[in-house]
Amino acid sequence: MEYEAVIGLEIHVELLTESKMFCDSTTRFGEEPNTQVCPVCLGMPGTLPVINKKAIEQTVKTGLALNCDIALFSQFHRKNYFYPDMPKNYQISQYDLPLASGGYVEVEMEEEGYTTTVGITRVHLEEDTGKLVHVGGAGRIAGAEYSLVDFNRAGVPLMEIVTEPDMRIPVEAKAFAQKLRAIIQSLGVSDVSMEKGSMRLDVNCSVRPKGVEEFGVKTEIKNLNSFRSLERGLAYEIKRQIEAVEAGEEIVQETRHWDETTGRTSTLRTKEYAHDYRYFPDPDLVPMELDPAWIEEITSTLPELPDERRRRFMEEYGLPSHDATLLTATKASADFYEEAVSLGANAKNVSNWMIVELASYLNAENLEIDECAVTPRHIAELVKMIDAGTISGKIAKDIFGEMFETGKLPSIIVEERGLIQISDESEIAAIVEAVIEENPKSVEDYRGGKQQALGFLVGQVMRLTKGRANPALVNKLLKEKLS
Amino acid sequence: MAISIKDVEHIAWLARLALTHEEKEKFAGQLSNILEHAGKISELNLKNVAPTSHAVPVSNVFRDDVSGPCLEQDEALANAPKREDGGFVVPKIVGEPAAM
Repeated sequence: MEYEAVIGLEIHVELLTESKMFCDSTTRFGEEPNTQVCPVCLGMPGTLPVINKKAIEQTVKTGLALNCDIALFSQFHRKNYFYPDMPKNYQISQYDLPLASGGYVEVEMEEEGYTTTVGITRVHLEEDTGKLVHVGGAGRIAGAEYSLVDFNRAGVPLMEIVTEPDMRIPVEAKAFAQKLRAIIQSLGVSDVSMEKGSMRLDVNCSVRPKGVEEFGVKTEIKNLNSFRSLERGLAYEIKRQIEAVEAGEEIVQETRHWDETTGRTSTLRTKEYAHDYRYFPDPDLVPMELDPAWIEEITSTLPELPDERRRRFMEEYGLPSHDATLLTATKASADFYEEAVSLGANAKNVSNWMIVELASYLNAENLEIDECAVTPRHIAELVKMIDAGTISGKIAKDIFGEMFETGKLPSIIVEERGLIQISDESEIAAIVEAVIEENPKSVEDYRGGKQQALGFLVGQVMRLTKGRANPALVNKLLKEKLS
Repeated sequence: MAISIKDVEHIAWLARLALTHEEKEKFAGQLSNILEHAGKISELNLKNVAPTSHAVPVSNVFRDDVSGPCLEQDEALANAPKREDGGFVVPKIVGEPAAM
């Protein structure tokens, strides 16, 4: 039987504010434990939380960018649970009156050649939890002897975005998460770093026989710390569920933990995570009645979003959809591109060097575009040198590694290594003649109609000039002399 | 609505309370009485009354995003029964429920 998966995401995003959600403690990351705290975020008796207006604004902004309706009446609830990551034994969150709901995001599946729409159920605001360090049991909660709590992160504004179960394959979930990250980056409301934990993914997933409308029993996967984990974890879980269903086993609704090293998901002990939160309106926080004029004002400050930027890249720079999608996948990459083009390099050629060569180096080194030694100036210079005929594309490829490694400008590397392209016709003609002389067999083959023989002869010229001969000129001269 | 012993056990577990059998029976009766009393409200016609979460007619109490002084680590940990490496020490999280 053929099965299909049903996938929905919950994404937590830490907002970029100076102070916490309900108190004026600082939100700095990486400080000494329990130094960014005050009586409010430590849950001391008698303290009162007060809403940070900037966090509301940032959430409204996000809601608008995700095509949501913004609630004119909204409220905070208490989510009650016992777990040492919160000092109060409840988390201030939102329940039935979230700030934004009913939106959607369009996701281009560029490689697959279609566009899919993912519904946004809701966007709400809550406070982040503290950080736990487990001592003993190899740092895993299961075998730990005791744990240490750091409340620096407790109370940092945390936005939760919940999608509809609209995704069917792991790569759609990955593409959606990446698109969402790009949108939030362009809004500037979070640094959405998976590494620093300011963007966290939880996934719900079930399987059903293809054609059946009813959902299967779903599991939740936690600990997906990268886009790669998201895709791998989902692929594993879908396969596991299909095998279980085929073997006549029942899927248990549970939370599962993804282990990146073993490439498997396993049951998290669920008793401790009983979903019985007894939400009730927080009596300390009065409701929010947002002024439509304020929402209008926020709408008018929305920056150019990835979709618009992508369309503009196609129109302004004449790029194909494929290029525009890849370049606008992150704000940093789109900014990089525009800077390189603004330095006077050919728009399509800059795109090619970014999405092929630069991307493969970044991939291999697992770096982001703004973390490497190559800057827009490097790419712009490289492209201009190729277009001016100073170096061949082949030489450009050869020096890319050194440029990536050292951050030296291509003009410097070319000069140091003496790689300037030979475009002098008489100089190349002499070498072409020598090659024809030395390879009578290939010459005969070519004249006899074997086109590949020409490639061999071009290669010989390139070998003799260490790749510096202008390839177009070599081709032209060889053809002339052989005809 | 009657509260069963099982309900009491569940609520007690959520609140991390260890109750004796006598207490469970006693609380089941008391909780049932409380719910019954509150249930009287549903005898009224409340179709046009919005749910009231706050008794005061106030909304939109906000603060600007400005940070203030934080506690020193020593002050923050002053009430901690046990501390280590600047953190609050808490007992084993996953495992057998601690006796109460």
